[in-house]
Amino acid sequence: MSTLNGVSYGLLLFMLSAGLTLIFSMMGVLNFAHASFYMLGAYFAYQVSSWTNFWVAFVVAPLLVAVLGGLFERAVLRKTHRFGHVAELLVTFGLSFVILELVQLVWGRTAVDYRVPAALDGALFQLYNANFPTYRAFMMVVAIAMLLALFLVLRKTRIGLVIQAALTHPETTEALGHNVPRVFALVFAGGCALAALAGVIGGNAFITEPGMAQAVGAIIFVVVVVGGMGSLAGALIASLLIGLMQTFAIGLDWSFIGALKSVGVEVTPESFGYPLWKLKLSQVAPILPYLLLVVMLIVRPKGILGTRDD
Amino acid sequence: MTDSALRPLYFKPRNGVRIVVWSAFAALLLLLPLVARSSFAQTLLCATGIAAIACMSYNMLLGQAGMLSFGHAVYTGLATFVAVHAMNRVGAGWWLPMWAIPLVGGLAGLAFGVVIGYVTTRKAGTPFAMITLGVGELVFAGALMFPEFFGGESGVSANRTAGAGWLKDVGITFGPQLQVYYLIAIYLFLCSAAMYAFTLTPVGRIANAVRDNAERAEFVGYDTRWVRYLVVMASSFFAGIAGGLTAINVEVATADLLYSVRSGQYLLFTFLGGVGFFFGPLIGSVLLVFALVVLSELTKAWQLYVGIVFLIMVVYAPGGFAALLMLNLRRIKYGEWRKMRWPYAGMAFFGAIALWGFAAIVEMLYQAQDAAVTGSALSVAGIKLDSATVSSWVLAMAVLMVGAFGFEVWRRRFKRVWDDGEERIAEAIKKAEAAIV
Amino acid sequence: MSEFALELNNVTKRFGKTEIIRGVNLAVRKGERVAVIGPNGAGKSTLFNLISGRFEPSGGDIRLNGENVAGMRPYQINRRGLARSFQITNIFPRLSVFENLRAAALYASGQKYSFWRPLSALTELNDRTEALMASIELKRRRDVAATLLTYSEQRALEIGITIAGGAEVILLDEPTAGMSHSETDRFVHLIRNVTVGKTLLTVEHDMSVVFGLADRIAVLVYGEVIAFDAPERVRADARVREAYLGAVLEAQEATA
Repeated sequence: MSTLNGVSYGLLLFMLSAGLTLIFSMMGVLNFAHASFYMLGAYFAYQVSSWTNFWVAFVVAPLLVAVLGGLFERAVLRKTHRFGHVAELLVTFGLSFVILELVQLVWGRTAVDYRVPAALDGALFQLYNANFPTYRAFMMVVAIAMLLALFLVLRKTRIGLVIQAALTHPETTEALGHNVPRVFALVFAGGCALAALAGVIGGNAFITEPGMAQAVGAIIFVVVVVGGMGSLAGALIASLLIGLMQTFAIGLDWSFIGALKSVGVEVTPESFGYPLWKLKLSQVAPILPYLLLVVMLIVRPKGILGTRDD
Repeated sequence: MTDSALRPLYFKPRNGVRIVVWSAFAALLLLLPLVARSSFAQTLLCATGIAAIACMSYNMLLGQAGMLSFGHAVYTGLATFVAVHAMNRVGAGWWLPMWAIPLVGGLAGLAFGVVIGYVTTRKAGTPFAMITLGVGELVFAGALMFPEFFGGESGVSANRTAGAGWLKDVGITFGPQLQVYYLIAIYLFLCSAAMYAFTLTPVGRIANAVRDNAERAEFVGYDTRWVRYLVVMASSFFAGIAGGLTAINVEVATADLLYSVRSGQYLLFTFLGGVGFFFGPLIGSVLLVFALVVLSELTKAWQLYVGIVFLIMVVYAPGGFAALLMLNLRRIKYGEWRKMRWPYAGMAFFGAIALWGFAAIVEMLYQAQDAAVTGSALSVAGIKLDSATVSSWVLAMAVLMVGAFGFEVWRRRFKRVWDDGEERIAEAIKKAEAAIV
Repeated sequence: MSEFALELNNVTKRFGKTEIIRGVNLAVRKGERVAVIGPNGAGKSTLFNLISGRFEPSGGDIRLNGENVAGMRPYQINRRGLARSFQITNIFPRLSVFENLRAAALYASGQKYSFWRPLSALTELNDRTEALMASIELKRRRDVAATLLTYSEQRALEIGITIAGGAEVILLDEPTAGMSHSETDRFVHLIRNVTVGKTLLTVEHDMSVVFGLADRIAVLVYGEVIAFDAPERVRADARVREAYLGAVLEAQEATA
């Protein structure tokens, strides 16, 4: 059960980090506002589904966000390109600020009531006396469908080949004259759409509120670094790893005390470092991805499947 | 104009000028409390002084070494916690004068810089930025897990008047805010002098070289990772001093000091101040305190305004306010400034009109959200509006459009005058160069 | 100490499945000037990248004054007395000309990572930097940011950065690339002046420069050195004429 939950959460993370990785590898831009586009996706979906229904929102919201992303790329990001990657990162950082404020301006500071559609509500099946929600299954289906679609686009289309080439040999592709601004805008818009799609299906599974971008923002950065900068497959592995790690850890009450007890060492409140030993794994769960990041940097700075060493 | 903003400007004070500038800075710090007598003003001054040290230490990373960090609050915040615990030890009888607490903070910052920097400096550029963000989250989340040290939700408090020492005997107890101000002022002066001196040393210069072109630096003998590590350590030391001063100033340390939002603020305001000049972060710290303390009182949407200003600056004036200031000083030097008076006035006039229109819309949106509680009426810069009436909305939008149009007209005139002057200055420089044999 | 300043023994480099450098052997004596020539794609720049530590060789060893430096990082190799320039100008764009040169000389001057004394107090270093700046003819651009220099000024600065540290072995990757004829002549003269007594390796396309500057010429074709000898003899070598030089010389004679 935890496995399924972990996988579905991991797949959601992958939907987010896939767009981020694509944009990063193609343009060298780390889109700090990526999680903000995820949030916009959720809010748009909420708004559109309140006017029509979930399925319209499912299609419309990512498209809207893609248009916004494309516009931002053309109107603002492109202008900072000549100032270098740090300036680009700063611009998207500023954008994340502005999107957050605009969201609060339009939809208020509290969570909105974006719900799972009735058709997908309820349990799909039971396993070990626990319900597996239909919506989780739906999320997984969407994520896997997206994964396949992405795979096909990258493998079978011309633009996909250009993108793929840029993933592994950014300089060469540039030299071949393929870095036409249109591909940039397209990739940026596409990446934003992927983030928004994740928002559409993640917003109602979890909660749609102004803090949601911040909550996943740092995690998807971890995914990208741990997976290896610019590696889609690495991002997939890292997403699943982190998804599983977090869902498992939340359910477990292990601590060092327990572990030490089983080997015959008794730890009491007087022992040195007691605050550390008494921590339960479930309490540590929120920081596990970041610990993974630190360990990865020390052991293998390139990331799981990374090739670039910069 | 953006092109000239891109160009580095060389501010090369001769020794004489340097002495005058630094003396003026010292005099300013000394005399400010005479002007700002109210306790609110003194609180602002103290906050600004601390922010100035923090922003300057941040600029050692961003401006000098080109390292974009999203985790600077880790150093200032952790140092505050260590300092607060040290203050409590002093209260419990440790021999340590209260004025040395910021140094304790500085050493704590340095220690964390040694540990954390070892991991973060493994990468440069964008990966470095991402890692600092991750490490920042790690420390923040970790702080909540150790309430023994971090005090949980309520934090850890301390008393700055604790302890003994000869200073006590001459009446300096750090009880009154004014005494705290002067402590901060002294640290600010010493820290900025030290940080300025750092920019003039071999490591300081090589940090610039690594910022500009890390690869080339490797080919002239420098291990760029070690350079980054050294800069992070130096920066975290000064950040730690700022954290230690915070402990004395507010006498409490809470986990939100470590929060990534605070790191973001250092980045944002240091950048706004200007990363290309040593004094840029000073301007940034004034803006930071103004925005956080004054602007946030005036409007709920303050972060929106700050964010938009930030976006505009990144795109059009990446050198921040310091660069804008220096560009105008350069105009004055070459006798080109007078021609720009009218374009500036025109832009300021219409800019203000556009700003009012925009602010009116934003404020009405917020007012409409809370209309059930606070009513729909509001006033923006003294002009009364009602978010429930159509006329207010039409007015605001019309004003915004008029302002934006007028601004654009004047901006074009300004650009013409500016580019014109730029050409004449370039010519003057060429002539001066030709005179050098 | 070895009699050779630089020795390459069976050096290879593969990128994926393609072998760019296929067993290069080369021994350069101290104080010798060697030009590396060859058709485009022969691996000249790759060879320089291997020697200077930008890439790690897939096999073989590279000896600098007898010590194997294969696989070392660029800064480690530089500290052992080898400096290089780049084909695509590689300078510190926001630093002034003077600061570019001083930064390049800093490590070798013994300052390394010091932060306890101001740069302005390092009189000897500053004087040497001023002198170097004069010798590459950039004195009047002293305080101009490097990014604002003209192309040929940047090329001169590139050379200046390379020699600033006083390295004994100098690698110049197409120093005259993109320059006009008159500029090239002046520049060759400049290179000759500033590299007196050093071991010099250059990659060069301009044959007049090659024959004017080099004591020996190494011809690199498809990742292999097919000839390494004095200019006249390389010119006469049948294999070289066949593989490369013939076409080039004919083309030059035709245009002349």
